[in-house]
Amino acid sequence: MTAESPKPGSVHATPALPAGEPVWRALLGSTVAGPLVALLLACLVFSLGTRTFLRAENISLIFQQSVVVGTLALGQTLIILTAGIDLANGSIAVLGMVVMAKYVVEGGDPIVALLLGFVVCMVMAAISGTIVSRFNLPPFIVTLGMLTAIAASTRLYSSSASYTVPPSLLTWLGNSIKVGGATVPYSIFVWLALFAVAHYALTQTAAGRHLFAVGDNIEAARLAGINVRRTLLSVYVVAGAIYAIGAWEALGRIPVADPNGYSTANLDSITAVVIGGTSLFGGRGGVFGTLIGTLIVAVLANGLTQANIDSLYQQVAIGILVIVAVAVDQLVRRRRAS
Amino acid sequence: MRIRSSYPALVAAVLVVASCSSSSSTPTTAAGASATSASAGGYTIGIVEQQLSNPFFANLEAAAKAEAQAHGLTVITAESKVAGDAATQVTAIQDMINRGVKGISLDPGNATAVVPAVQQATAAGILVVAVNTETSPSTAVAATYETDNLAGGKLMGQYAKAKIGSTTPVVALLDYDLTDKTSKARHDGFLAGFGITDSSPEIAAEIATQANADSGQTAMENMLSAHPDINVVYTINEPMAVGAAAAIKAANLSHPVIVVSIDGSCSGVQAVKNGQISATVMQFPSKMGKDAVDAIINYVSTGQKPSGIIDTGTTLITDQAITGVQSQDTTWGLQNCWGATS
Repeated sequence: MTAESPKPGSVHATPALPAGEPVWRALLGSTVAGPLVALLLACLVFSLGTRTFLRAENISLIFQQSVVVGTLALGQTLIILTAGIDLANGSIAVLGMVVMAKYVVEGGDPIVALLLGFVVCMVMAAISGTIVSRFNLPPFIVTLGMLTAIAASTRLYSSSASYTVPPSLLTWLGNSIKVGGATVPYSIFVWLALFAVAHYALTQTAAGRHLFAVGDNIEAARLAGINVRRTLLSVYVVAGAIYAIGAWEALGRIPVADPNGYSTANLDSITAVVIGGTSLFGGRGGVFGTLIGTLIVAVLANGLTQANIDSLYQQVAIGILVIVAVAVDQLVRRRRAS
Repeated sequence: MRIRSSYPALVAAVLVVASCSSSSSTPTTAAGASATSASAGGYTIGIVEQQLSNPFFANLEAAAKAEAQAHGLTVITAESKVAGDAATQVTAIQDMINRGVKGISLDPGNATAVVPAVQQATAAGILVVAVNTETSPSTAVAATYETDNLAGGKLMGQYAKAKIGSTTPVVALLDYDLTDKTSKARHDGFLAGFGITDSSPEIAAEIATQANADSGQTAMENMLSAHPDINVVYTINEPMAVGAAAAIKAANLSHPVIVVSIDGSCSGVQAVKNGQISATVMQFPSKMGKDAVDAIINYVSTGQKPSGIIDTGTTLITDQAITGVQSQDTTWGLQNCWGATS
């Protein structure tokens, strides 16, 4: 998982969806085929097994519950594609939330608060990115340190108190429209749009190709003339901006900035990325898989509750899924290498 | 003990076993202690707390310090660095033994890990009392001043039972990990107060959450989706109750839902005042700190040791008082709560 170790194998990077093929064929051959089947299967089982799962309102709920972790997982995907990992993403978003909320509660302007939140999140992610790209330290350790430091700083900054935000720009993403009888908050549209933009950027732009190249084989990328340091740093900064959007969405979902909130969001986001078929070793996968991975986790939690199954079994099921996903990735990797 | 998720610390502890165990304690003499230590008491006591970024612990320590200084004692304080950090506390206790304190008030970061240091102190003739959390075994210290969480839970259950009246109850339980002693005591207390058991049909759903607002909201949403007729919600702490209240509000139910919680933080009492929480049970960290110091002072002057587990009391806070269940309103609650309001 270290960024500096060159790996044997092809220089060719594998995006989630190969371009130029019919969508269904591309899907079958890509890393998202497995996760997609798992998601559909889970939905089918819960639809047949419970009376309440397939209602429009419940489906909307699953999306609402996926938005914040799903957004953090999007930033996480970009970093994991570079063969990195970000254990601090949840704590960065919580710090962003607390900064925004505290500023407004103390009488500040919501627009300035939102900008402040973005700046804080991007700076924090940039610190991780700088250390990783400049000093070649393992992202796992760097972001573990950042996680501890940021989580503690957030508690100090907030005196561990929760801040309740009055309705304003900060809670705007929580406003909703009705679609077929179901409540759909703006944040869901923002979330899906983010994935579309990220997918386009990864597959259709030079920056996206560079990111895959760096994650697949950093030495080869360097030799090919890619500015590896700048690519790595910019990935962390972009991820930081995405975390800030996650923080904004979180305030729309519940207008309370709780410094103890989202305490497992870092691991939850990694879970979503891995279940979505993105390789922890970098260079392989994509954001579409992460979207599906996030939904799988939410569907399991929601569906098993509908079916009145103890919540601990949800975690057992998700744990097994993670191991299966990593095993599949290893299998594919070995086949590619031979 | 206040239920609070400590996941980042947990991750850190599990993943890098050795890296963050710097055991340099920083016992600092309380500000102004030299001035107040003049002559009346003339001796020194130690206060070992958990990390003060949590207002519960800060409130407890401030009360203990104030009580000691009011009696003219010199105070040495030390705090653990993160949740569960016993190493710093152990070093601090050993420092305090060397500095010849007469008594130590200890809030154990880890119930078992502090015991050897406590035994060293006791062997040196120092009275050690625990506050907020028992040591394991609890007899390692002379006495423990803490909230009786079973009694607190019962209060929540009794209130919910009286409030629901003759309506058929459909109960949802928002727990924290039930292997946690505090969590289990509150859970059992609620059930006993409500007059049901874990296997009663009145319980529609039960989820173990992370004890924070976002996990409480998600759990409540899923429960309501499956059981829209839920009308009684038990929550393990106030942030989770606020999360549950958001889910209940969004569900646009046609019937009222009773949400009961426990802690007594100022933001929690404010949530009761706002109508998000029906009633909360207040605990009193400042009383724990004050009583512990009084016990040490009493021991030094009379030689009498306190013993056993001493309940520092719980009070139900609600603006919808009901006959048969004693309570205080939120005006009283806001005067007696701990932590910052927001």
